[in-house]
Amino acid sequence: MRTLEQTTQEVLDLAAKHFQLPAGSLAPGDDFFKKLGIDSLQTLEMLSRLENHFGIELPDYEVQGVSDFRTLAERIQSRL
Amino acid sequence: MKSFAGKALRWDWRDGIVELTLDHQPANEIGTAMLAELEKFVAAFGALAPETSVCIIASARKSVFSAGADLRELYHGAAPLPEKERLAGVHNFLERVHSVLNAIDGAPFVTIAAVHGVCFGGGLELALACDIIVADKMARFAFPELRLGLIPGFGGIPRLKRDLGNAFVRDLLFTGRTVNAARAQAAGLVAQLAGEGEALRIARSTAAQIAKFDPLARESAKKFIKPIPYEELRREIGLFCELFARPAVMAALKRFVEDSGPMPYLP
Repeated sequence: MRTLEQTTQEVLDLAAKHFQLPAGSLAPGDDFFKKLGIDSLQTLEMLSRLENHFGIELPDYEVQGVSDFRTLAERIQSRL
Repeated sequence: MKSFAGKALRWDWRDGIVELTLDHQPANEIGTAMLAELEKFVAAFGALAPETSVCIIASARKSVFSAGADLRELYHGAAPLPEKERLAGVHNFLERVHSVLNAIDGAPFVTIAAVHGVCFGGGLELALACDIIVADKMARFAFPELRLGLIPGFGGIPRLKRDLGNAFVRDLLFTGRTVNAARAQAAGLVAQLAGEGEALRIARSTAAQIAKFDPLARESAKKFIKPIPYEELRREIGLFCELFARPAVMAALKRFVEDSGPMPYLP
């Protein structure tokens, strides 16, 4: 079972890889809408990547209003 | 007409397989432009049928099969009209959409939706009218209509009920949530799961296999296993129009179409 820290790191690594950012350039408290400048289609794409990576379903109503990586990781953790 | 290139879509026929490609900015929304060309497509079925085994419906747009009905066009067209005219316009539009989707549903050849990216609302209803859905593993499916005070209006509920189990149908409708391709496959919505960027290739390979078989046997099997739920489809149009008439729906649509944030307004 992953710890929350591990899950958060995997989320950051996945986002950095997907958006072709240098490793370590994203932090748990970052606002991903602002930091990544993503639109609604890219947000859904990221959601699919996270679900496929962690092998979970993350209903969008559970991440509505979430904009930082740490809270996103917490939502994922609760489904692992 | 074996090939056509319009403003919202194009089709090409080759070796018994016709490929319909949706290509309408920004997200293949189904509004009057897309509908008019879909009508042209189904009008060509009579000429295409004798030489066609399979039709593949795919999208040329990045990250999207179809985002569904053109809600901006729907809202801006309906908002200035008195209620009676607003409803008549929506009713007429739905009748035309149903006529097209019923024709695709009962097409005298096998239809495959090759889905990647977003497949929501009316886009999912188009895919549901097809016989087989091949989905990219990054595809997402949803019926968000209840989040705006509506029900799917392009045949969604009758076709979901025909094809899938209650648990998935109710979850999809009542939460309005998006589901990924793996979940959609587990629920029986998606027939074949494709790797990223591979849905069209797999749809083509599936089409080539289907095309080997006797056309009469294929058509007979399709009629036997896929009856069109006409009565429920009629009821859906009526119910959609009843719901659409309410001021709360116009208010929700207004909020949705005017939201320019990274995640559009959906309660």
